[in-house]
Amino acid sequence: MTLAEQNLIEFRGVSWRPNGSTETAIINNISLEVPRKETLVLLGRSGSGKTTLLKLINGMHWPTKGEVLVEGRGTRDWDAIRLRRGIGYVIQEAGLFPHFTVAENVALVPGLENWPKEKMAARVKEMLQLVGLEPREFAGRRPRELSGGQRQRVGVARALAADPPILLMDEPFGALDPVTRAELQREFQGLARRLGKTIVFVTHDLREALLLASRIVLLEKGRVVASAGPEEFLRLQHPEVLAFAASLDVRGGAA
Amino acid sequence: MTGLWSFMAEHRAEILSATLEHVELVLIAMAAAILIGVPLGMLIVRRTKLRALALGVAGIFQTIPSLALFGFLIPIPFIGGIGQRTAIVALTLYALLPILRNTYVGLTEIDPAVLESAEAMGMTQAQILFRVRFPLGLAVILAGVRTATIITIGVATIAAAIGAGGLGTFIFRGVALVNDSLLLAGAIPAALLAILADFLLGRLEQRLRVT
Repeated sequence: MTLAEQNLIEFRGVSWRPNGSTETAIINNISLEVPRKETLVLLGRSGSGKTTLLKLINGMHWPTKGEVLVEGRGTRDWDAIRLRRGIGYVIQEAGLFPHFTVAENVALVPGLENWPKEKMAARVKEMLQLVGLEPREFAGRRPRELSGGQRQRVGVARALAADPPILLMDEPFGALDPVTRAELQREFQGLARRLGKTIVFVTHDLREALLLASRIVLLEKGRVVASAGPEEFLRLQHPEVLAFAASLDVRGGAA
Repeated sequence: MTGLWSFMAEHRAEILSATLEHVELVLIAMAAAILIGVPLGMLIVRRTKLRALALGVAGIFQTIPSLALFGFLIPIPFIGGIGQRTAIVALTLYALLPILRNTYVGLTEIDPAVLESAEAMGMTQAQILFRVRFPLGLAVILAGVRTATIITIGVATIAAAIGAGGLGTFIFRGVALVNDSLLLAGAIPAALLAILADFLLGRLEQRLRVT
């Protein structure tokens, strides 16, 4: 395997600031490699640049400086539409289309890619089963007829439908009640292992990071301040790591 | 009252033809305003300079008192003069703002999470416009059409002043001759038309609303 193939995603000296802004960069000279099948968790406070970093991967943002490589090719050299269709994306409020049924939502990318009807229907069924939703019960429902947890499940099914090698998740379980969140985290952990996707997962919840990550990257003010596996992470002495660790102790583990 | 009913019964053919004239004015003006307003509203979703210009100009037309707008148009060659054509131009300009503004608002005030995931899933801007923004904004666009229709039915009564016909003819004549029956023979059907349009378009709007 070449280096590019090992690292599905790679940041090379990437800085980013909003167009025309002269303020300090939101992302500041970040270099980062994401090997295949890793679940990389980007941890940080609000405004640390986690979401921006995620959007640099699927070309929702382009680097002001440096470059982001996906499958060895700079995001600027990709056709943005092609790039995004190969990358699953899940966000906090799921962002399901309210005028689509659950099945239509899940079939979105296969539909854009003009899959044949039968293949698409089979895929929708498979995906709903994968995320624990009985197709016969849920396929015809509208998003408003679902609970928050069910909507998030559909969001995951939609992101996985076209079988993209990469999955980007931006605090996908952040808006759920603690019980549902724990349920989805557990299931997702199993799912991630089974599917062998390369996942970049954004959260501000250290517990979630420790549970899901194969590696945790801690961001502070647009810079990477720590990077370690979950076991090692809590032993690091960086002040921001200690601050996050303290948040665990003080609140007795509730996120 | 009996005087009014017998008057209306006696002149039902004229009232009916004035009502049809009125409806014709409204339908042509509304069709033109929709054909201009909706595509223009789609265009200004992403073009900020054009947006300010289009909303500003449409706002000015709407601000001009209706009789004055008819007056302004009369001396203009080709579109002006006395008659139906001038009235239709004025009514179209009048109906434009609610349609344009509601189209713009309907297409832009969409849950940001929905737009973000549409973009992140690799939908093109055209796909986002036609498959996401448009269906989700349709009820708001239709609310604009409803407002515009009611305004147009009302303003069209004034079109009689420049010889465009319609129910306003009875109203103006009734005022001039101090004849209540004549006046009401125009006012009542005009009011009923507005109420009916409001009701029907309101029903349609409810059905198109996506929650």
